Order: sequence, then C-alpha cells, then structure tokens
Amino acid sequence: MPSPFFETVAAAVERAIHDAETELPADVVSVLQTAYANETSSVARGEYENIFANLKIAKERDVPICQDTGLIVLYITLPPEIPYSAELFEAAEEGVRRATVSVPLRPNAVNPLSRKNSGDNCGEGIPAIHIRPGEKFTVTVLPKGAGSENMSQIKMMLPSEVDKIPEFVADVARTAGSRPCPPIIVGVGIGGTFDTASALAKEALLEPIDQMDDFEQEICDRINELGIGPMGLGGKTTALAVKVKRGACHTASLPVAVNIQCWCCRRRTVEL
Amino acid sequence: MKLTTPLGEEVLDLTAGDRVLLSGTVYTARDEAHLKIQEAGFPFNPKGAVLYHCGPVIQDNAVVAAGPTTSARMNALTKPMLDAGVRGLIGKGGMSDEVVEALRGRGVYFAFTGGCAALAASCMRLKGVHYAELGMAEAVWEIELTDMPLVVGIDSKGNNLFKR
Ligand code: SF4
Repeated sequence: MPSPFFETVAAAVERAIHDAETELPADVVSVLQTAYANETSSVARGEYENIFANLKIAKERDVPICQDTGLIVLYITLPPEIPYSAELFEAAEEGVRRATVSVPLRPNAVNPLSRKNSGDNCGEGIPAIHIRPGEKFTVTVLPKGAGSENMSQIKMMLPSEVDKIPEFVADVARTAGSRPCPPIIVGVGIGGTFDTASALAKEALLEPIDQMDDFEQEICDRINELGIGPMGLGGKTTALAVKVKRGACHTASLPVAVNIQCWCCRRRTVEL
Repeated sequence: MKLTTPLGEEVLDLTAGDRVLLSGTVYTARDEAHLKIQEAGFPFNPKGAVLYHCGPVIQDNAVVAAGPTTSARMNALTKPMLDAGVRGLIGKGGMSDEVVEALRGRGVYFAFTGGCAALAASCMRLKGVHYAELGMAEAVWEIELTDMPLVVGIDSKGNNLFKR
C-alpha cells in the first residue's frame, strides 16, 4: 500500500509531465510570436504558422505537442520539513511510469549499449532527478527531446579565452544547423567543473526566455546572423533566446557547456 | 497550391519555397523501412508515391502524433527509391547533394515543420500497415492525408533552401 506521501509525489509528477507535454509555457509562446511578427520570409512565416496551429491542436486534443516526448528531467525543491528519501525517488519514477501510459509518452529510455527499451521511460539514472533545498515543495519537469540534446557540446576552454565564449556558442549553433528543430533556445553553463558546467547549461533552460541580459543578447545576435532560420529554411530568427548560468571554477579552468533546446521548450512546475 | 498523390509530371513545375497542401496516400519510411524495401521490395506501387520520414505514435488504429524525423539519416538510402519511381519525400532538415542530384528532373523534397506532430496527425487517416514486424516507429504506415501544409525544400531543378 503506497503511503499518502508517495501518492502525492507520483500524482504531481504525472500532472507536471502531462501539462508540460501538451502546452508550452507563456514566455515561450510569447517569444515565438515576436519572432513571427519580425519575420519577413514567407517560407519562415509558414513554419511559425504550422507551429501555432500545432500548439492549438495539441491543446484541444490533449495530445503531446511533439512525438519525441523526450527523456524526463526533474528538478525538485524540498522544504525543511520534507526529508530527502528513497521513497521520494521511487515516487517520482512511478509518476513517469504513469505518465507514459496516460499522456501517452513515447517510450524513449534504452540501455546505452544493448539499446533495449525499458518501455516505461525509466532506467538507470533516468528520469534524471535533481533535488535542492527550498522554501516550497515543488516539482519542475523538463522533457528533453533527442534532436536538440544531441547537438549540445562542452568545451574545456582556456582561462585566457573568456572573450571567445560567444564565438564558441555560435559555432555550436552553426554546427547544429537545421537538426535541432530551430528556432532554438541555447542554455549556456560557464564555470564549475566538467559535470556541473553541463548541469548549469541545462538549468539555464528553466529560466524565463522573454528577457536577456547584454551578454546573452550579444550571443543571441551572433547566432541569428547565421540565418539558419526556422527548420533551417532560412530566416531572421535562429535562436529565440540565449540563457547563461555561471559557477565558480578552478583558476586554471574555463568549462563552457552549451545545451541546445528546440522551439518545443517544454517545462512545467507544480507546487505540492 | 494543392497537390494529390500519386504525383506525376506536375512536381517538375514546383520551385523551392512553394507552399503546398498535399492530399492522398503517403507511406512512412525510416531507416529500417528503406533497408527492408531494398531487400524485400515495395509493399505498394512506387510510381509517383510519396515517402514520409516519420516514426508515428499509433494508438487504437489512429495516428496520435506524426511529426517528421531527420531526413539526413536516409541520404544514402534514397536514390533506389527515386529510381523506382518515388516522386516525393517529406521530412525535416533537408538532404545531401547526392539526393538533390537524384531528385533532378524526377521529384521534390517537401519540408514539414519539426515538432508539429499534433498538426500532422490532424491531417491524417490511417489506412494500413506494411512490414509491421519492424515495430511502431519503423514500420511502413499507409496514411491518407488531407491538406498537409508543406513547403518545397528541394525542387527538381537543383534548388535547395537548406543550402546557404
Ligand atoms: S528537436 Fe524538439 S521539436 Fe524537434 S523532433 Fe525533437 S523534441 Fe520535437
């Protein structure tokens, strides 16, 4: 008999996944609308029109926006009174299993070498669960599709190369080209260690994308000069936004991680 | 512009950038289906046929989600399809110079917006399946389209919107 705590967490994870998969956050819709308004190429405008029609149909029919429903990444904040426990992890996994059937999600989780599919979007270390202390008990879900994840890169840059960071990030976008379903959102993690730089880059994708600081805007402008455009068909907007997160690093290191996210930037937070 | 499959010589008049509403039967085909067709033959008449690079989600005999997959994976597998009479390809991200050449004077590549799985499914009615043993994503699904909104990405004259 699952405990009430287990049930609450599993249900919250299932709901967050459902909502994330079927409706985009308001900030993402708003930057897509701005990109559409600024676009002059009729081919590129047609791509945005398809995107908006798709969002409307997904919501009306209560079906996933994209058939690649991704791997599930979870960010959980725990208030002081909720203990960090094995039950929390088990309940989160149960929520993913339930969502796989109820949303439905495409089973995407496989063994990395045998490529055997688990059938329920769970496996060793998947869903990826990140837990932090916080004031409220919240669950944030970020379903991550492979098309854009595969175009991500990390580079251990030299401390003397700080000025070359924008060039590196733009290069990652150029190499990605049409493959990550542009227009993209670019999460950048600067600093930390080899692993935390990547974690920062992914966390940057949780930030609202309707505002950028000067550094983020500079990188974004550089990417948009590439002209890749929606789906690689050419256009003014290749990147909808660039979001940067920083961490302290070793005096001899400068890790820079770039996590690419497609236009279908799905995320949802629920409070328990 | 409206087009209906099977496609004929009319595709030769299309130019990269033209927006098209496509109706009629199309066949899904990813990597495995291309290999299977080369080995065991076409389970349908390839003359004027349209292949859709897509691994759909099918539930209760209906298409739930059916966005395009990355066409580049089929670069090396496409020429034999065109040689057999296929005149249209639908996918995302564009294809290699080799495919651009193979399309010359014969057919076109249509781009459909990546991620737009619900919109695609709303234009579709499931008619049947071939090579079902390949599994849901890789099987050849026979699908009836009504006005699917596409753009000509590569035309039969060598114009390629993905090349800049
Ligand atoms: S890159 Fe994004 S929009 Fe494109 S198929 Fe993958 S999840 Fe869907």
